[in-house]
Amino acid sequence: MMQEGLDDGPDFLSEEDRGPRAVNVDLQTDATLQVDISDALSERDKVKFTVHTKSTLPNFKQNEFSVVRQHEEFIWLHDSFVENEEYAGYIIPPAPPRPDFDASREKLQKLGEGEGSMTKEEFTKMKQELEAEYLAIFKKTVAMHEVFLCRVAAHPVLRKDLNFHVFLEYNQDLSVRGKNKKEKLEDFFKNVVKSADGVLVAGVKDVDDFFEHEKTFLLEYHNRVKDASAKSDRKIRSHKNAADDINRIASTLYTLGTQDSTDLCKFFLKVSELFEKTRKIEARVAADEDLKLADLLKYYLRESQAAKDLLYRRGRALVDYENANKGLDKARAKNKDVLQAETTQQVCCQKFEKISESAKQELIDFKTRRVAAFRKNLVELAELELKHAKGNLQLLQSCLGVLKGDT
Amino acid sequence: MSEDREAPALLGAAHTDPPEPQDAEDLFVSVACVTECPEAARLSAEDLSPGSDGHKDPDDPDDPDDLFAEATEEVSLDSPERQPILSDGPSPAITPVTPVTISPRLDVFDRSLDQDDEEEENRDTLDIQISVSDPEKVGDGMNAFMVYKVTTKTSLSIFSRDEVCVKRRFSDFLGLHSKLASKYMHMGFIVPPAPEKSIVGMTKVKVGKEDLSSVEFVEKRRSALERYLLRTVKHPALLKDPDVLQFLESSELPRAVSTQALSGAGILRMVNKAADAVNKMTIKMNESDAWFEEKQQQFENLDVQLRKLHASVESLVCHRKELSVNTAAFAKSAAMLGNSEDHTALSRALSQLAEVEEKIDQLHQEQANADFYLISELLGDYVRLITAVRGVFDQRMKTWGKWQDAQLMLQRKREAEAKLQYASKPEKLQQARDEIREWEGKVQQGERDFEQISRNIRREVGQFEKERVKDFRVVIMKYLESLVHSQQQLIKYWEAFLPEAKAIA
Repeated sequence: MMQEGLDDGPDFLSEEDRGPRAVNVDLQTDATLQVDISDALSERDKVKFTVHTKSTLPNFKQNEFSVVRQHEEFIWLHDSFVENEEYAGYIIPPAPPRPDFDASREKLQKLGEGEGSMTKEEFTKMKQELEAEYLAIFKKTVAMHEVFLCRVAAHPVLRKDLNFHVFLEYNQDLSVRGKNKKEKLEDFFKNVVKSADGVLVAGVKDVDDFFEHEKTFLLEYHNRVKDASAKSDRKIRSHKNAADDINRIASTLYTLGTQDSTDLCKFFLKVSELFEKTRKIEARVAADEDLKLADLLKYYLRESQAAKDLLYRRGRALVDYENANKGLDKARAKNKDVLQAETTQQVCCQKFEKISESAKQELIDFKTRRVAAFRKNLVELAELELKHAKGNLQLLQSCLGVLKGDT
Repeated sequence: MSEDREAPALLGAAHTDPPEPQDAEDLFVSVACVTECPEAARLSAEDLSPGSDGHKDPDDPDDPDDLFAEATEEVSLDSPERQPILSDGPSPAITPVTPVTISPRLDVFDRSLDQDDEEEENRDTLDIQISVSDPEKVGDGMNAFMVYKVTTKTSLSIFSRDEVCVKRRFSDFLGLHSKLASKYMHMGFIVPPAPEKSIVGMTKVKVGKEDLSSVEFVEKRRSALERYLLRTVKHPALLKDPDVLQFLESSELPRAVSTQALSGAGILRMVNKAADAVNKMTIKMNESDAWFEEKQQQFENLDVQLRKLHASVESLVCHRKELSVNTAAFAKSAAMLGNSEDHTALSRALSQLAEVEEKIDQLHQEQANADFYLISELLGDYVRLITAVRGVFDQRMKTWGKWQDAQLMLQRKREAEAKLQYASKPEKLQQARDEIREWEGKVQQGERDFEQISRNIRREVGQFEKERVKDFRVVIMKYLESLVHSQQQLIKYWEAFLPEAKAIA
């Protein structure tokens, strides 16, 4: 029952905010490289994003161009960053989550099955609701993919990456298939090893206060963001459920209003109308909370993980460096393979220092970005909550006024 | 129509017939204001706070509790000889029981519109306040029960004192309802149904679980019992019923064992219910009166919609409670996040957010309670009331059936008599003629009963609809006001938070 090609064309994205939908990230975009997702198409089980680039850089053949990309290609790009040793010292912008319409799809299906048990008006209303929900999820996934690209474009080093340029420019399919079972299994083991290693590495006390503090901070912060994100999701779901109930109540009141033989009929109709309107506002409140709060928390869950990964890489490099030192001492003591040991030690030292330097800056930037994003979102959240509460209040008061006047 | 036919003829009959309370009322057009019903206290129908004691401004034209504006009655003060006719058990009686000796002459309810308006002007109210309070647990274990204090404040003369306090348990209420139903339902009176039994709820209380759900259960029940009594006394005939008076005033009440499900009376009730159901299916009534057909259909529709609405509201209550719980959890989580955030201003803002969310959680909790106590319980009450209304329509059908049966029997007797005329058995012929007279009488009685119940139902339904309109209006307005309050609080909280968020540097 999926909507084939839920593409409203260019209008679809021309809503409130044009330009990078960088909800959770405070970015400075400059004219040399601007990336955005200008369009998106939803098909059976994949989403096709139109990535639009405007650039004055000489690397590109044209100044403005577009390509079509799918989710797997974003993941490929992200993974290529992660696997690139050169970028070990940077916070790799977190990959966008897979577009997930399963829940929405399920609901639409259930609605289809339950069609017989409700009136035509109810059915149309619920269908509209679910379609709106689907659209909201769609917009969110577009936003998250866009944020990823914008973060890369804003990063002084990553923006120069060759794979990134290919991603932006190459107008054929990148033939990046999703990982098959074997590769997924490999990934799984890699992660297991990494976490075990991570524990070991984390155990090593850092001489540098800054990094020691960051380590403790990030660990705790990450966990708490995870918890807050889960709880805010649950809260918003309850809110949506309550709004759905009000929807049903409004419908039944409407039927009562049309059937009643007493003065109550006008009363019921008015109240039904009121609840219809307040329900829409309640649904908007839930949606705005979702956007400004839940999404913010989810994003920083992923970013804090990326920051943790950076710390892990640095820790790993530190351990390697220390081991290389020990190796050099041993070699010097035995007077065997000293040159080799020296080279190894130098390489490790350079690697470690390079990572440390850029990591420090990255983590400071991370904090700045985070504070700015939270500020922006919390302010917007409060303003929206106020707007909706005032709207609700006005509706309620005017309805009460009318009803009292009628008696 | 039946009313026209009766006009003058029955005027004389009113005083000679056994004082069925409703016989005379149709005819009285005059508005007899009762001097002993001053406009002091008013009934608070549905109150948000459990104890009902609303002294409202008597001159308030919008007073919604003024449910019996039209219920002006003449009460003969001098001879309140109350023959305590207390039925000791449910009597599935078909023959009318005569409950009251005072002959109240209730006003006409099915009158012309003009007179209705006049009545609205002479607002007269029922001066009685009832509250059910102080639930106390008596006894232990499975034999334990809750006792409620019933306080009646009134200046009506049928009561012996201005203020009476008695202790009653749940089965007492059920017993009262059972008696009233058996006395009045077959006459077409809509007897307010008592609150439902709840095995699960009571068992928890008996077992002694002092948790939130059993406290809520007791409160829910207390509130329901109070509403039940208020509805009962709003009905002018029921108010004067000696069983009601005894219930409200006497300190000792015989234990109503017949309300227990497995008692003899309980079994009898079940048998009767089954018989009624069968009757309903077999009696095919020739409805000559479109009003009844229309009303029956309306009540059927109303039943369906109210049940649906009730279910949706219950779902809303549930989800709001869930929302409250989840908001509280989120508030704690946000506080923790604020603690671990190392940027001071942001940390403070997050803590403030946590506080706001906590307050909002409280708000949701209160709103859920409003949803419940205002709307959900009202709907539940009305679903049960509508069942009682439909029961009354069924009674009319039964009465019609009886009348038809009597006519059939008369027919047969006549046929038998005709046959006997050629059989030269003089004693048998005489007997047949006697029987014919007997059955002619029964047919007449059947017709009168049918018309009586039809009249009563018209009046009752009219009154019921008026009350329904008022009840729903009042409650829904109160509910909307509670929503207004919620939004105002929300605005306050977020307005306080906004500068904190902006202060993050």
